[in-house]
Amino acid sequence: MSTTEMQALAEQKYKYGFTTEIEMEAFPRGLNEDIIRMISAKKEEPDWLLQWRLKAYAAWLEMEEPHWAKLHHPPIDYQDLYYYAAPAKAQPKSLDEVDPELLKTYEKLGIPLNERAALAGVAVDAVFDSVSVATTFRETLSKAGVIFCPISEAVREHPELVREYLGSVVPVRDNYFAALNSAVFSDGSFVYIPKGVRCPMELSTYFRINAKNTGQFERTLIIADEAASVSYLEGCTAPMRDENQLHAAVVELVAMDEAKIKYSTVQNWYPGDAEGKGGIYNFVTKRGACRGRNSKISWTQVETGSAITWKYPSCILQGDGSVGEFYSVALTNNYQQADTGTKMIHLGKNTTSTIISKGISAGHSNNTYRGLVKISAAASGARNFTQCDSLLIGDQCGAHTVPYIENRNMSAKVEHEATTSKIAEDQLFYCRSRGLSQEDAVGLIVNGFCKDVLKELPMEFAVEAQKLLSVSLEGSVG
Amino acid sequence: MLEIKNLHARIGEKEILRGVNLVVPDGEIHAIMGPNGAGKSTLSYVLSGRDGYEVTEGEVIYDGQNILELPPEDRAAAGLFLAFQYPVELPGVGNANFLRTALNAIRRKRGEEELDAVAFLKLARAAVKSLHMKEDFLKRNVNVGFSGGEKKRNEMLQMALLQPGLAILDETDSGLDIDALKIVADGVNALRGPKFSALVITHYQRLLDHIVPDVVHVLSAGRIVRSGPKELALELEAHGYAGLEAA
Repeated sequence: MSTTEMQALAEQKYKYGFTTEIEMEAFPRGLNEDIIRMISAKKEEPDWLLQWRLKAYAAWLEMEEPHWAKLHHPPIDYQDLYYYAAPAKAQPKSLDEVDPELLKTYEKLGIPLNERAALAGVAVDAVFDSVSVATTFRETLSKAGVIFCPISEAVREHPELVREYLGSVVPVRDNYFAALNSAVFSDGSFVYIPKGVRCPMELSTYFRINAKNTGQFERTLIIADEAASVSYLEGCTAPMRDENQLHAAVVELVAMDEAKIKYSTVQNWYPGDAEGKGGIYNFVTKRGACRGRNSKISWTQVETGSAITWKYPSCILQGDGSVGEFYSVALTNNYQQADTGTKMIHLGKNTTSTIISKGISAGHSNNTYRGLVKISAAASGARNFTQCDSLLIGDQCGAHTVPYIENRNMSAKVEHEATTSKIAEDQLFYCRSRGLSQEDAVGLIVNGFCKDVLKELPMEFAVEAQKLLSVSLEGSVG
Repeated sequence: MLEIKNLHARIGEKEILRGVNLVVPDGEIHAIMGPNGAGKSTLSYVLSGRDGYEVTEGEVIYDGQNILELPPEDRAAAGLFLAFQYPVELPGVGNANFLRTALNAIRRKRGEEELDAVAFLKLARAAVKSLHMKEDFLKRNVNVGFSGGEKKRNEMLQMALLQPGLAILDETDSGLDIDALKIVADGVNALRGPKFSALVITHYQRLLDHIVPDVVHVLSAGRIVRSGPKELALELEAHGYAGLEAA
């Protein structure tokens, strides 16, 4: 096979691995108070936010990287990273002013930012390295009273909302990576849905890491006021590079009385090559607070990318009758490692949570479900149902399930089901004898295995996710 | 036309097929009968290309092509269809989706146009109806929670849609009541024609009351030891397989 053919093949496996040649502005390497001051100044932030960042930085310095997850990686040199990188040109005011090179990039990723070409009914915030480069359909949304903008802009335009809610779900000291993010976060999306409003379109943020040796630390804050509802989707890709890159995001969701937030993720960061070289280290803290009565937060994630995934989207079920859901597909191939799951913290009466987790391991990868269901003494009538299924492909990979249940209320009902299976040779042969290639057969069986989760995704993305699962498994069998 | 020439095959060290010779001309239906352990299922798996069976000698020519070199999916595209003795369950995979994926994979390999969802459903519904099956068959997951009879019917539905040139029925009649047996037979008889041939592998004669074969072969200890007209099946039913090895 010639080099070009090999390259074509490799690119086919991870088709988002290209880089964008664009003039960038970056702060010096490394992390210290000056860098944090520079980030804050660059964004023209008020003093309270700078102080908040510095407090987080001080906390972070005293904390230690967590090592309880079933993950192995060489030490991360936090002084060797760039904490801010952004396209050099001034931030565009409207879509017409966005650098054509950036528009081309998003087009290539299948996310046209031009509103005429955009996916109907989906508004997009495009985050490129450390900054938001464009947000579509803002006018349509603002007519409905919905605020959807980069968080750096929200800090300036809606300081009262940001100040009230930022860090209210994930406190600065929550964990090592959350503290780091709080100190250096540079952009992300902000969403506010006012009382009684059903967001008229799907909202989504597309995260792209492009610059080399740069960490991405985005911060997302979504607030659904009383009886409001919103469906939000995030997608992530990065170029193929030999070095590992750090991504440490924080997502906070707040749902008031009767409010509903549906948060879906299709995570396809560069996973590293077949030998385990390169790839994104994805250390993410996602948490939602069901503050109000009968509020509902639903997490759906399809995780196929990243060299390492450390992520536990959780729900704090505070309001009586509130509902938390976690639907997850985590697929690891080659040398990828994923340690992912959820925490459902039942505080209010008659709170309900559902956890459906599907882990698929192939190659030499390791895939762990780690979850906590906690029922407090006050949570009378709480209910949880958990189902964890693991599918193994080949005999070099691992699947692990680590469920914790803490129940302090006798009236609560907690159910846990778990299975581990392998793709059976007779299933593959059955499909192939009907004309399906080995790879199509694996794709079909894996998609069947994940069906209960995929059906939770917004329709436009379910098809994409199905394709992604098949592509991510290429070369894993035979 | 299917030609099996001096076919030897083994699983691990154990030789199961020891020189099978067989010709099935287009348009004919041949039955293969034989005692347990004779190599009947091995023959069907070797013909359809399952892993784990090593062919040590001989060849299998179908439509002028030595199919032993092809992976199972290419044999399917060439026109082979194996109806399984124990159809396999595929959790979460809808029957309609499975059938359409299979049909389009085969059509693609044959250079034919793929069917869109609408065209496929029309075809599938007609097939379901002609096999006297309920339409919810298409919505259920492949063989999951199906009764034994339903699984066999599902095999017939697949066969009706994929329109093979050569069908191999591996003891499709095992565990079926008389009604289900008739459905299987109807499925095969509906495809009868100058371009369709079938190898009906069975332990019992009763299926052959409904699918009347042109020739009956007896497989014993890895070889075809007798061949004859359909009456041979009745003779075997009356006298059993004992003594055939010597004959």
